[in-house]
Amino acid sequence: MVLFGMPLAQLLLFGYAITTEVNNANIGIYNQSPGQYSNGLVDKMVSSGFFRLAENVHSEAEMLDVFKKNKVKLIMIIPTDFESKVSRGEASIQLIADGSDPNLASILTTSAEAVIMTWMKGSFTQKLEIETIDPQVRWHYNPELKSAEMFVPGVVTIILMLVSAMLTSISITREKELGTIEILYVSPLKPITIIIGKVVPFAILSIINAGLILAAAWVIFSVPVNGSLILLLAESMLFILTSLGLGVLISTVSNTQQTALMLSLFALMLPTILLSGFIFPVANMPWPLQIISNVIPAKWFLIIIKSIMLKGVGLAYIWKESMVLIGMTLFFIGLSIKKFKIRLQ
Amino acid sequence: MNNKELTITAKNLTKQFGDFTAVDAISFEVEKGEIFGFLGANGAGKTTAIKMLCGLSMPSSGEATIAGYDIYKEPEMIKKNIGYMSQHFSLYQDMTIRENIRFYAGIYGLTNKQIKERGEQLIKELKLESFADRLVADLPLGFKQKLAFSIAVIHNPKIVFLDEPTSGVDPITRRQFWGLIYEASNRGITVFVTTHYLEEAEYCNRVSIMVDGEMRDLDTPIELMKKYNKKTMNDVFLYMAVRSKRKE
Amino acid sequence: MVEYIHVNKSYEGEPAVKDISFTVDKGELFGLIGPDGAGKSTLFRILTTVLLPDSGRILFDGRDVVKDYKYVRRNVGYMPGRFSLYQDLSVRENLEFFATIFNTTIEENYDLINDIYEQLEPFEERRAGDLSGGMKQKLALSCALIHKPKVLVLDEPTFGVDAVSRKEFWEMLKSLKEKGVTILVSTPYMDEAELCDRVALIQKGDILEINTPEGIIDRFDKKLYRLRTPDIYPALMALSQIEGMELSFSFGQEIHIYLKKEITENWLEDQMREKGIKEVKVMKGKPGIEDCFMNLMVSGNLLEGVENE
Repeated sequence: MVLFGMPLAQLLLFGYAITTEVNNANIGIYNQSPGQYSNGLVDKMVSSGFFRLAENVHSEAEMLDVFKKNKVKLIMIIPTDFESKVSRGEASIQLIADGSDPNLASILTTSAEAVIMTWMKGSFTQKLEIETIDPQVRWHYNPELKSAEMFVPGVVTIILMLVSAMLTSISITREKELGTIEILYVSPLKPITIIIGKVVPFAILSIINAGLILAAAWVIFSVPVNGSLILLLAESMLFILTSLGLGVLISTVSNTQQTALMLSLFALMLPTILLSGFIFPVANMPWPLQIISNVIPAKWFLIIIKSIMLKGVGLAYIWKESMVLIGMTLFFIGLSIKKFKIRLQ
Repeated sequence: MNNKELTITAKNLTKQFGDFTAVDAISFEVEKGEIFGFLGANGAGKTTAIKMLCGLSMPSSGEATIAGYDIYKEPEMIKKNIGYMSQHFSLYQDMTIRENIRFYAGIYGLTNKQIKERGEQLIKELKLESFADRLVADLPLGFKQKLAFSIAVIHNPKIVFLDEPTSGVDPITRRQFWGLIYEASNRGITVFVTTHYLEEAEYCNRVSIMVDGEMRDLDTPIELMKKYNKKTMNDVFLYMAVRSKRKE
Repeated sequence: MVEYIHVNKSYEGEPAVKDISFTVDKGELFGLIGPDGAGKSTLFRILTTVLLPDSGRILFDGRDVVKDYKYVRRNVGYMPGRFSLYQDLSVRENLEFFATIFNTTIEENYDLINDIYEQLEPFEERRAGDLSGGMKQKLALSCALIHKPKVLVLDEPTFGVDAVSRKEFWEMLKSLKEKGVTILVSTPYMDEAELCDRVALIQKGDILEINTPEGIIDRFDKKLYRLRTPDIYPALMALSQIEGMELSFSFGQEIHIYLKKEITENWLEDQMREKGIKEVKVMKGKPGIEDCFMNLMVSGNLLEGVENE
């Protein structure tokens, strides 16, 4: 079952996750020059099927706030002189995309440009130069579109999860394989003590790992931490605990290191890479997958780490995601303690 | 009397790991059809010596011929002419008896016809007809050992190396196993066996005792017991091994 | 101190332990003797609470091991089969680990293990995995004793260990017994049975007999004859052709024959010479534990026959 089911599942996942289309993506519109033409453009955008008008923005400050709160990934700015200029064939549009998710951002801007082109051709009966309306694209956050800035948060996430979950689960199942677990059973040790004993060293290892990666990213790739470093480390610690909980849970259902390794890789790492938003934007996936992605802890941590590193936000903006992680951690650890066997059978 | 064919000859065979001499210049000869007991405490150098004789490890110095082949120049020919069985490695648990026979006989280079003939003969001799298509894992331990031995000699090798073949097996089955060893010896197969059951040493034609990498003595069990004035091989072994310097 | 009452256990339909009942007294050195697969490890695992029995009760110091498993786990010293210590930790680290998880220190009960530990001391810093078989057993024994358990349960402690180390190990057990520790040991080596106070001979989940070693030998229900000859194998072949000599087994330089009725030694010698065995001497003999075990196997129809499986 594993032999055939796994590749099939992966095929489906890959197929659905890698959509390069966009459907009903949230956008914001900052219409500084309401009028016949601009309203027409807005209508066209909203009815295209690609976009959903999530925010009507009225100031620059509001615009920044909306980005910070992750409410939209793209904002279209219609400048004050649009109405007057467009009839003369000269106007311009500005598209600002959230650069912390470059894949998504480029898909959105391409779609937006397409809609604008379509609108242009349809709205003007007189012949017009296609270039007259030239959407200027700017990336907010990560303006130079440095791939390092996109990858580093994702890499930190994956590594933290891998080290914590995989190594913990392997370490515990190793005792089962070697037989030393029998001796641990025949001792006053309680399951929680054994679990803590296994978990703590990997927690320490992981946080050091995280620190090293961030330091390396800063030194080599100049990836900044725009927000509070302490908050970042604290959230990392939380995510580490979540992953450790998962690792222990895997060990309770595995009897051999091989099983633990397989489970960690296929049931944990692969879905995480595919569905957490690390490479493929979640917003792009068909909604069943989007719902599944909510179950993956890495998805929430990715939002947190990107927000802190690239957007420089504080706890106020990510408390919801943090709560989710806390809940997951308690759930995994609680379940592990319950499922931890105290005998061989 | 002097027409003895020698299947193993070793002269000053040595194996060194860095400045640690695991096997220190051992010299001996084994005749065709002999049951040769290779004794020694753990750490005395037994396993290292056997690995060399099986062509699995190159000696550091000294000479040896196994089944007539030079230990340095023709290790692959050695492997083709010997059989091997140990308590750790023997058969594939999740294959049937017949499948195991086919597999190993194939590896040993038997033709399909030979495999069929000898395989069926083996099954008959061990009285495993009703079991032949069941998994080895379902066999009781003693049967596994007997089967493993029979398969190890299915290609009539010149020598078969047995590494503690009867560990943990009940005393009756152990003797049945030795019955198989006797039969093989009668057929002209040299049997080179190590064991921790010292009493089994008394079934051998000759026995060697390794201590601290050296071969301290080699003779028939009766002669050894006479020489050291002991009643059993167990006592002889204890006497010799206790004076080991290589404690750990 | 330890009591098994009608204990049964099966694995996937195959019975491993069948209606076992016996007792071990305080301060006894009790041996469970039998080959692989007899059920020894299963019995020990049930006692140490690592496995649950299918039915029956087991009492440890008067307490039910299933309900009071925590008590058992605090007061038993367990060495599972085939060495289960931490190979990457040093000798000393292993000891400290076990002392810690039992809430004690090495110093506290040092008097119990000091004879054993003296031999390990020169290798304190060495990785446990790099020790020889004999040393590993000594280390495992020390770790099992570190918390001064009421009962020591050792599952095949001498497996794979050479004869010298085995001898030393049993000497250590003897001196531990003198310090008042109740000891249960399992082993496939029949000769070790004679070193115990009492033994249970076990094969295929059944207990063949329980008694002191001398008691078992006394109850040997046949006559034993020893046949000495230089060539064992041909002699065995010859014996198989003489009626009534089915129970003939090689024992080193001689053959032991179990007979229901008495015979004259000369008669058998003549019979053998007729079959071509020139040098032969027959004498009456006293059975050892191994003889008793094999005899019980035969009587109990416990020979390994595939047809019986």
